[in-house]
Amino acid sequence: MKFSLSWLKDHLDTTADIDAVAAAMTMAGLEVEDIHDPAKALTVFSVAKVVEAAPHPNADKLQVLQVDTVDGRKEIVCGAPNARAGMTTIYAPIGAYVPGLGVTLVEKPVRGVVSNGMMCSAAELGLGDDHDGILDISGTLEVGTPAAVVFGAEPVIDFEVTPNRPDWLGVHGIARDLAATGLGVFKDAAIVPVAGAFACPVSIKVDGDACQVFSGRVIRGVKNGPSPEWLQAKLKSIGLKPISALVDITNYLSFDRARPLHVYDLSKLSGSVIVAGLSPDGEQLEALDGKTYPLNGEMCAIMDSSGVIGLGGVMGGESTKVDEATTDVFVESAWFDPIRTAQTGRTLSLFSDAQYRFARGVDPESAVPGLELATKLILDLCGGEPSEVVVAGEAPARRPDVAFDPAYVKKLTGLDAAPDEITRILEALGFGVAANGTVSVPSWRRDVDGKADLVEEIARIYGFDKLPATPLPAVTPRPGGVLTAQQAKARAARRALAALGYSEAVTWSFMRQDWAGLFGGGADALVLANPIASELNCMRPAVLPNLLEAAGRNAARGQYGVQLFEIGPIYFGLEPGDQKPVIAALRAPDKARHWTNAREDNLFALKGDLLSLLETVGVPVASLSLVQGSNAAHWHPGRSARLQLGPKQVIAEFGELHPAVLKAMDLDVTNVGAYVGFEVRVDNLPVGKAKSGKSRGALTLSSLMPLTRDFAFLVADTAAAGDLVRAIKGADKALIGDARVFDVYTGQGVPDGHKSLAVEVVLTPTDKTLTEPEIDALSQKVIAAAQKAGATLRS
Amino acid sequence: MTVYADLQTEIEAEIASAADLSALDAVRVSALGKTGRISGLLKTLGSLPPEERKVTGAAINAVRDQIQAVLDSKKSDLEAAHLAARLQSERIDLSLPASPRAKGGVHPTLQVMDEMIAIFADLGFEVAEGPDIEDDFHNFTALNFPEKHPAREMHDTFFFHPDENGVRKLLRTHTSPVQIRSMVSGQPPFRLIAPGRVFRCDSDQTHTPMFHQIEGLVIDRNAHMGHLKWVLETFISRFFETGDVVTQFRPHHFPFTEPSAEMDVRCSWEKGELKVGQGDSWLEILGCGMVHPNVLKACGVDPDEYQGFAWGMGVDRLAMLKYGVPDLRDMFAADSRWLNHYGFSAFAAPNSASGLS
Repeated sequence: MKFSLSWLKDHLDTTADIDAVAAAMTMAGLEVEDIHDPAKALTVFSVAKVVEAAPHPNADKLQVLQVDTVDGRKEIVCGAPNARAGMTTIYAPIGAYVPGLGVTLVEKPVRGVVSNGMMCSAAELGLGDDHDGILDISGTLEVGTPAAVVFGAEPVIDFEVTPNRPDWLGVHGIARDLAATGLGVFKDAAIVPVAGAFACPVSIKVDGDACQVFSGRVIRGVKNGPSPEWLQAKLKSIGLKPISALVDITNYLSFDRARPLHVYDLSKLSGSVIVAGLSPDGEQLEALDGKTYPLNGEMCAIMDSSGVIGLGGVMGGESTKVDEATTDVFVESAWFDPIRTAQTGRTLSLFSDAQYRFARGVDPESAVPGLELATKLILDLCGGEPSEVVVAGEAPARRPDVAFDPAYVKKLTGLDAAPDEITRILEALGFGVAANGTVSVPSWRRDVDGKADLVEEIARIYGFDKLPATPLPAVTPRPGGVLTAQQAKARAARRALAALGYSEAVTWSFMRQDWAGLFGGGADALVLANPIASELNCMRPAVLPNLLEAAGRNAARGQYGVQLFEIGPIYFGLEPGDQKPVIAALRAPDKARHWTNAREDNLFALKGDLLSLLETVGVPVASLSLVQGSNAAHWHPGRSARLQLGPKQVIAEFGELHPAVLKAMDLDVTNVGAYVGFEVRVDNLPVGKAKSGKSRGALTLSSLMPLTRDFAFLVADTAAAGDLVRAIKGADKALIGDARVFDVYTGQGVPDGHKSLAVEVVLTPTDKTLTEPEIDALSQKVIAAAQKAGATLRS
Repeated sequence: MTVYADLQTEIEAEIASAADLSALDAVRVSALGKTGRISGLLKTLGSLPPEERKVTGAAINAVRDQIQAVLDSKKSDLEAAHLAARLQSERIDLSLPASPRAKGGVHPTLQVMDEMIAIFADLGFEVAEGPDIEDDFHNFTALNFPEKHPAREMHDTFFFHPDENGVRKLLRTHTSPVQIRSMVSGQPPFRLIAPGRVFRCDSDQTHTPMFHQIEGLVIDRNAHMGHLKWVLETFISRFFETGDVVTQFRPHHFPFTEPSAEMDVRCSWEKGELKVGQGDSWLEILGCGMVHPNVLKACGVDPDEYQGFAWGMGVDRLAMLKYGVPDLRDMFAADSRWLNHYGFSAFAAPNSASGLS
């Protein structure tokens, strides 16, 4: 919404300048977006008179002028063909910034004659496109008159109207609020009805739903032509194009009073009845913008006996529009339902200043007053004779009165506004305050429906700057911290993975549907109806694809070997419980070489990082079982596994990503190594019981030296080393401290289909040194346990 | 006695000329070994008369002890020389690069989220969460958005396709639905924050289809707008780590608060760098207000008994402002160079003892 300072002053008696107006608007809740003050760019320019014009001694097309300026008589070189002695024009002194040229004037000779300033064209001042010559100002303006005065260049404010305040879509309504803040006195003269000279020959019918109230009158004998200068200037100042007096009057009232109107050429109406109601299905309307729109039964149509002639509150029709030949008009001032008008605009992508206002809510009681204002303007500007006013329907009831205790202002805001001040503010805004405290709501404030709304009115006018910063009463901190166990685990995981060398990424919650399908997702139910882009159309079933895509983007920029992680949601369905938090990490293959030639094994490095992470977030790592071969399909079937605390408590899946998935995602898999990653389900992480406390129990440390014994076992080459280790550890839980695979061998001496696993078993005596027979007995237990697990001791 | 002295001199000369440890050991064996020369002398003692035996024995032992001492000294010298030579041969060029180790780091948005949680935890706020996929009730209706109201249109909502009953779910456009879920499932008083992902169908330099908000909610019997101002001023002061905070509350409109405000902070921009505190600019930080009675009613909280306030702010944007990130879209691009530059150390966990980052 835009308005100029002088337009505001039509309704507000104030001496405030544009900056004071903008500041008052801001503090009253009218969010100023821009102040455009053309005068600011013109301050250095002023009126000057050319006294003498002589040919330039060294140039045919130049003249040397003697000019009376605000700075005295100046010699100025000028190339304009229209420059002549006696003319009044605009002078720019040395040092002036000329907006149209984008340069600052400096004193320099032009073909040997120093020019002490410049004579300006309209284009050079940024006031138009006229380059033909310097400004030739008629009239008797004094030398030194500021250029801004000459051109009436006015400051204009552009501000954002919040959807609750359609009354701010008219300058009159803005002035009311600004007056309440004390910026000036509101000029709210009563609207004087214009008596009708004859009965209105047009009758109106409304359906009471799409259109609840509709007033109108005929004006005969008007003369439609260009509107007067003052009206054109007003419209132009806010970027509207003058069309004709009748149209300009309706546009003017739309912005002045937030009261859209429509004017029909009476001679083009069919029949003598106008009906406002739901459109018949399948109708069409050729609207004033020249386009034809298909209508449906949800839209409010204006109809005469020929059919639909307009869309109520949205746009009139081409068939009945006024033009320069128009002599008799019918003026419409109605109230159309906001929701229906908004819907019609959206359905047809048809938006207008009227539609914008009706969709937000025009003052329902402004129909007849608005008609009277329009009548007076039409009679003033176009002449003619008005009929009596006809009204069909009734304006919707006002918002109910509010029982209001002024003490509620302090209770809700802490503001100490006196009761008198509270009453003053409410009344200044148009509310009525009864002796018993009941507050009545003005017809244009359909947003107000309770005492909190009244507090807002009082507080914003009284001043938010007076809000007393008041410390919140301290509360006893919750003993265990404020995070839930899951939140705390995610937080710890973030720091742990960063410490392990992974960079945290944040990627979209949505992804390509076909790629989601590769990761077990992609159901149609999880596809967005209006995605921002087709490759971001489906809620992600996993975080890894986004990390893979990111790794691919990095590789495309020469950044190989990235290690990324993300802690975020994945989505299995639309219900709240279907969203699960995961911790995902990815190691991309690295091309970098190192002088030691020691290449870390990416997969087992990742496994180490994963176990370290799980330990940090409280997983009993020793109790985890590793299951290989049952991972989801996006994993390499032979190089991936899951870690679980039980078949139903899968903690993580990890491993190498399936090459077919990488290929489908356009990742380069031929020239570089494998992508490995993991995804941990935070919701499956075990949560310590609060009751069990935080004691870790006493630690019993043996003072005796641990000793080691090495064994080599033959197992089937499909057997899991982890199973053998677990069996060995179980052989004597008291004495066997650890068992570690230190070599895996196949080849000579090992039968086909088998592998040799060398295991170092750590024996930790607790109360006495082990004797040789005891160690031998323990070795036999280890061998027996290994045999039970399908291994045989290599001899 | 000269016979012993000569032998001693001879052996000590041999020791002195021993070039390495094995040569030295050969000398030791030939002198002090079982069949060595000194041992041979000791063996002759038995044939001496008893009165000579004591004197002669003492003399031979003295020689033996002296030789042993010279041997020990020489051995220690040879060992030191040997070690020095070995160390010289073991020299390594330590200017060679270290084993590669990825840097790792915490994303600035999540760092800032942690900072905010730390600040509000100190003020007694709990952390609530809610789902990203919401329904119309929690995202709009319960928050006092009238049906089909223009305010809904302004939210650029992502919708899913309607189900068989014509009900369509949506991606939450703000974290405010968590207010609703928390109030519906709990009992007042409430003092909570709700961080999380939010979604708007919008994309340019300052808008991304997904971003993060943190919501705050305080409901009790007397919480008023002055408390709100204090909470937010306290937060801003701690977040920007400056004692010099000047705020401005501007009236605004949100369907779910009444009165509603936007909060600006006094600041200056020097060479594109934000300084919060003194200055001639205002920086819009967040929207806030007193929770609308209709919202309380929708959650089963009696607005005549309870009142309070709420606010919502963009986490990514505040991260950008605090840490000088120029473009919002980069926050979600996972460019490893960007992550290295803007990421935070794992050990920069915000806390009230050592500060925020």
